[in-house]
Amino acid sequence: MNLLLTFKIALKALSRNKMRSMLTMLGIIIGVGAVIAMIAIGQGASSQIQSQIAQLGNNMLFVMAGSSRTGGMRGGSGSTNTLTVEDSEAIARECPSVRMTTPGVRAGGQLVFGNQNWSASSGIMGVNENFPDIRSWPVTSGEFFTEGDVRTSARVCVIGKTVADNLFAGVDPIGQTMRIRNLPFRVIGVLSTKGQGQFGNDQDDTVMVPYTTAQKKMLTITYINQVMVSAISPSATFTAENQISDLLRQRHKLGPNQEDDFFVRNLTDVAEAADQSSKIMINLLASIAGVSLMVGGIGIMNIMLVSVTERTREIGIRMAIGARSKVIRRQFLIESITLSFVGGLIGVLFGVAAAITISRTLSWPTLISPASIFISVIFSMLVGILFGYYPARKAASLDPIDALRYE
Amino acid sequence: MGAQVIIGEEAATRKDEELEGSGASAQELITLNHVHKIYQMGDVEIHALRGVSLHIKPGEFVAIMGASGSGKSTTMNILGCLDKPTKGHYYLEGQDVSKLTKDELADIRNRKIGFVFQGFNLLARTTAIENVELPLLYLGAKHSERIKRATECLELVGLGQRLHNMPNQLSGGQQQRVAIARALVNQPSIILADEPTGNLDSRTSIEVMGVFQYLNRERGITVALVTHEPDIAQYAKRVVVFKDGKIKRDYLVDDPRSASEELESLPPVDVDETEDDE
Repeated sequence: MNLLLTFKIALKALSRNKMRSMLTMLGIIIGVGAVIAMIAIGQGASSQIQSQIAQLGNNMLFVMAGSSRTGGMRGGSGSTNTLTVEDSEAIARECPSVRMTTPGVRAGGQLVFGNQNWSASSGIMGVNENFPDIRSWPVTSGEFFTEGDVRTSARVCVIGKTVADNLFAGVDPIGQTMRIRNLPFRVIGVLSTKGQGQFGNDQDDTVMVPYTTAQKKMLTITYINQVMVSAISPSATFTAENQISDLLRQRHKLGPNQEDDFFVRNLTDVAEAADQSSKIMINLLASIAGVSLMVGGIGIMNIMLVSVTERTREIGIRMAIGARSKVIRRQFLIESITLSFVGGLIGVLFGVAAAITISRTLSWPTLISPASIFISVIFSMLVGILFGYYPARKAASLDPIDALRYE
Repeated sequence: MGAQVIIGEEAATRKDEELEGSGASAQELITLNHVHKIYQMGDVEIHALRGVSLHIKPGEFVAIMGASGSGKSTTMNILGCLDKPTKGHYYLEGQDVSKLTKDELADIRNRKIGFVFQGFNLLARTTAIENVELPLLYLGAKHSERIKRATECLELVGLGQRLHNMPNQLSGGQQQRVAIARALVNQPSIILADEPTGNLDSRTSIEVMGVFQYLNRERGITVALVTHEPDIAQYAKRVVVFKDGKIKRDYLVDDPRSASEELESLPPVDVDETEDDE
């Protein structure tokens, strides 16, 4: 008696009662479908948050110059000029949780190339060579400026994608000379596409120049507007925040009663918290769905037990005509595994369909992971084995004489 | 076909050696030697069989009779390898089957015994041919072999046109014939029928007895049937009567009734009520 024939017998027995088989599978179908859909929804949300974090940069913090107070009147943040290049360097040097920094100098102005001109909405930024690393924003063509360019206040620039498209339509910008605030700059690189910023601003509509060039040749200032900081890890952003704060208070010689003349903004922290909560959400959803899968399994056991009782006579006949107990046990076990496996497969289809429907109709991002499909199908089979074993053993232990006499 | 084909020559010679001093003889298909069966019901012991010795030769047609509680059903269960004697020995084709394990008994049932029950015991929602091929499935026969043999057996019992009918599309007599075909399909040594006419009207009973007589007479198949109806027993060649766990009488029927002759004498109405439906 080989397994294939037992399989055939089990399938025939299942097909003999299609309605019951379908109803039995329903529990598993809903269970697996729910698991797949829930995980897809959760992971969709999580991946969206992840990509937002990635957009922010590499464990990034901003240090902004604080508000000024002249008499009773306060300016907005960044209105003082107490932040310096030395502050930026000191943060990198003295805060253990900080990996690297770049000063940030903001400027505005018209960009001109040939007979085209353009005003970058995200402005002109003076930064150092660490910028692509800190913001996780590499160049797609050409290269970013070097430490040497910064030291020598070189008139080189790296442009954003929007600028490249609008100012250099149809021309390779690399090596071209453009004018920024009427000064000639050589374009040495084009940044990769970053997309929209947090406030819907086009981050690609920008030009990067060495901050020294911006300070000396464009604005003739000595202060900087901000420091961009990259912490050593996502969790280190919080300690970095405190270290920077302490260091700057000390450097700016602020007494205990004086307000900070700077702001430290930790965006990663907020995003991390959002990510954490979305992960908790996934786990919550998955465990609720897991419970329903479990209930589906118990449903299988229930039906299989009823089926063993109902089919006592059939079992008696099979035994009388020569089925060994082992074969009967296998038949019932295969029946329950088949129910749970087929139910699992249908459940996957349902789950995927549900996830797609949700993302289409509610425009909620969903991400169907192959792992969740694989695991829930395997799990549903395990459910079939687990909850099918007892009824199968019960069937196999029947005495043929009693079973034949059963009414 | 023919059930006795299975009792090959090599089996016969092997039996001679095994049977020395056992009281069984090589010519016997079934030998019960002082078989006792005691059921334990709580504190009470029920002595169902008290030393039954029975010998059945190939080609016999035996009717086992007796009131309920006489031990005939217990005997039938033991003969069918569904139960084991508490004491004594049971030789089937010379093999002592009284000490075999459950699985070995299952195999014996599969290869050597064909059952026909009172309630037909066909699988519901399963076609006639699928019911008949079931024992072959447990034997592990190939698909083509199963179909071939199941078809042959159904043709043999006169249901060649009903291969794909479900049990509920067949009359009682036809269902019982499907059951007989299923009992035949593994070419067993013996067919054991437990009250095969118990659920049938008298005319259909005669028909079914006719099938048994045909198989016994024309195919040489050994048949043992349990019945409590004396006139059904008269179709057999030999009657064994049980009483109180012992054999009370064991006699040959002088002039067995012939089902085929009786059927001819009956008016040819509703021979097979469903046959004409289609």
